[in-house]
Amino acid sequence: MEYKFRIFRFDPLQDEHPYFKDFLYETTEKKSLLEALMEIRNNQDCTLSFRYSCREAICGSCGMVVNGNFDLACRRDLGSLQSSLIVVEPLPNLEIQKDLVVDMQPFWDALYKIEPYLFPPEKIEAEGFRIEEKEMEKIFQFVNCILCGCCYSACPVVSRDERYLGPASLAKLYRFVKDPRDKRPYKRWSRVDTEGGAWGCDTVFKCNEVCPKNVRPADGVEGLRRKLVVERIKQFFRFKR
Amino acid sequence: MVDQDILIVGGGLAGLAAALYSDPGLKVAVVSKVHPLRSHSVAAQGGINAALGNNPDGKDDSWERHAFDTIKGSDYLADQNVAEMMCQKAIPTIFELEYLGVPFSRFPGGVIAQRPFGGAGFPRTCYAADRTGLVILHTLFEQSIKRQVKFFNEWLVTKLVVKDGRCLGVVVFDLATGQLMPVKARAVIFATGGYGRVYLRTTNAYINHGSGIGIAYRAGIPLKDLEFVQFHPTCLFPKNILITEGARGEGGYLVNNKGKRFMVDYAPSAMELAPRDIVSRAIQTEIDKGNGFDSQYVHLDLRHLGEAKIKKRLPGIREICIDFAGFDPIEAPIPIQPAQHYSMGGIDVNGNCASCVEGFYAAGECACVSVHGANRLGGNSLLDTVIFGRIAGEEASRYVQGSKAEEGEKILFDEALEVKKRIENWQHKDSGIKVHLLLDKLKVVMSEKVGIFRNKKDLAKALEQIRAIREDYGRVFISGKCLRYSQELVNILEFDSMLDLAEVITLGALNREETRGSHYRLDFKERDDRNWLKHTLVTYKDGRPQIKYKEVTLGKYKPEARKY
Repeated sequence: MEYKFRIFRFDPLQDEHPYFKDFLYETTEKKSLLEALMEIRNNQDCTLSFRYSCREAICGSCGMVVNGNFDLACRRDLGSLQSSLIVVEPLPNLEIQKDLVVDMQPFWDALYKIEPYLFPPEKIEAEGFRIEEKEMEKIFQFVNCILCGCCYSACPVVSRDERYLGPASLAKLYRFVKDPRDKRPYKRWSRVDTEGGAWGCDTVFKCNEVCPKNVRPADGVEGLRRKLVVERIKQFFRFKR
Repeated sequence: MVDQDILIVGGGLAGLAAALYSDPGLKVAVVSKVHPLRSHSVAAQGGINAALGNNPDGKDDSWERHAFDTIKGSDYLADQNVAEMMCQKAIPTIFELEYLGVPFSRFPGGVIAQRPFGGAGFPRTCYAADRTGLVILHTLFEQSIKRQVKFFNEWLVTKLVVKDGRCLGVVVFDLATGQLMPVKARAVIFATGGYGRVYLRTTNAYINHGSGIGIAYRAGIPLKDLEFVQFHPTCLFPKNILITEGARGEGGYLVNNKGKRFMVDYAPSAMELAPRDIVSRAIQTEIDKGNGFDSQYVHLDLRHLGEAKIKKRLPGIREICIDFAGFDPIEAPIPIQPAQHYSMGGIDVNGNCASCVEGFYAAGECACVSVHGANRLGGNSLLDTVIFGRIAGEEASRYVQGSKAEEGEKILFDEALEVKKRIENWQHKDSGIKVHLLLDKLKVVMSEKVGIFRNKKDLAKALEQIRAIREDYGRVFISGKCLRYSQELVNILEFDSMLDLAEVITLGALNREETRGSHYRLDFKERDDRNWLKHTLVTYKDGRPQIKYKEVTLGKYKPEARKY
């Protein structure tokens, strides 16, 4: 099979504008997009830059846009694209560092803001927690998130409102709020009771659509909203009393 | 110049554990060539061992039984004092991980779930479905956010700087800027992981070049037991993505082309749950005898476990099969073959993770303490990373508090300049050899001649070929001029180490004229405790490897035949 790869190139230190460069790539074997990119780099242009690591869709390094769709390059089988033209672009809405390598810092900054760690109870049992699996199951969906950033990059709200924390961070917060072991005080997590937080979401569910791990981050955002409303009512009555 | 009290190299489990347990009053930073969450620890699946006794079949388990299994599994090459220490600490370590936020799977009654694993007398492997590495790495990263650990991401360490037996710091290549920089540190901890990509077939991530181990070796620190290379029995054909031992722990069968559960011929009582060295050899033997499929793989059959169990306990495996091989293991058996998976050997350190160089520590897969000896048991590597990562952080903190600040800026700058000159030399060449071609060659040599079954002739030939590739390495060049995010330069820099590691693995294997654990010599099929119950130590001296041996620390478990 012969493919034409049209790959986004940009070195902000040298190039005035981004451009696309075409590469012909031929293979008789079943190859992933990542394998093809590595071969193109090795054999045709060693300056082509992109991130990768595990090659098994668990490390979250190689998020990119392929023929218009968000994907992990390692997971995408070339044949499944059903096209001999393969257009490869970096994750949008993030600054380009070089070619397909983007600056993920805004994504990490958003994550840091939600205090993404367990607030354990003060009293620690020597023999560990006693929690039934069905209690833990509530968070498993969100625990599967690999923080690849696809949802953040695809989110229309992120693209227009820099305050918005984005789907992954909000879903991560929900993962902790729902964790039966977490004792985070309401005032700590109610900081997302804002337009930059849980209420910023447009509910167009782009995040659910692009997530390569089927995390459905929007479920987390919606869950946060429900929980915020319930807590607000609780706080109100507590105040009245 | 960046100046730290403790500099941790590597952001996987061992590196993050080291950071979290370093003295918070000190200036501590983690340097990683990728973002920490992209480290290979994230790919660990099956679980982490501790004798909690939560499984109804594991009521009589104890840390002593865990230690015995670990030592027997190591084919008695583990140092028994440190193996015992690890197994004893395993129990509180699991509870601590849970308090940090690790979402373990549970048993009815709410205790942490435990499944059987290879070579273990009791079901003692704690797990979070089949994504245990992912959840522990993410949890430790979360804790490092809480603790405001400083990270320098996408910095590749290219050199460890040692002067008069004391560690002064490192030289790093910053991928984002393409610049070299000296970094001063009073103590350095390497937690740089394994070297799987030296082999053609490996479960390891693309980034696992093992350069950390090679850099320590070039700084004069001995490498221990590097000839012991673990081949994991069940790796998805043909991409060699790991299929967890947990799949067999949950009850999966290994089946040959005659429909036979062939493990009955190799380990009649443990069957599929014999230790990895034994199962890998059994699979390769079946394939070599013509009992495989397409002469390349056998089947791992999970179908009898049923849809519910597969979806609940092995969802990640199911996803891997669907995404990377296009079938559902609920409906079809998984084609698997053995592939390189783990390095038992590594940088020579003691039970405190300290090396012979003052201020230099190592932990995790890059280090050899040694708790795994000649063969590691599944579920013991995550344990190793968390326990010894922590010890390295604590010990390095203690060292820094008792040491005087060292001058050394001038030496560090000179060393950085030296690396810069090497790079310029590669840049100035207009033609030569591309490094990836040499890497492709090296991998084939290692897989064909230094694999599961070894013999003198092949090993000697491999050594010759590795040295020939070393000659060719002198002619490599950088074809692109921009060094920012240049994976080509990263590969050239790291390939130097890969050559060293290949040489040390092969040399150790050639010298060791016995069979022990993962090291199987067709020309010396028996274990030889009289002559070879000792650690191999290879030191880089006068431009070449020099080999020595060191006693194993024995204890209450006397070496006996390994029957399973």
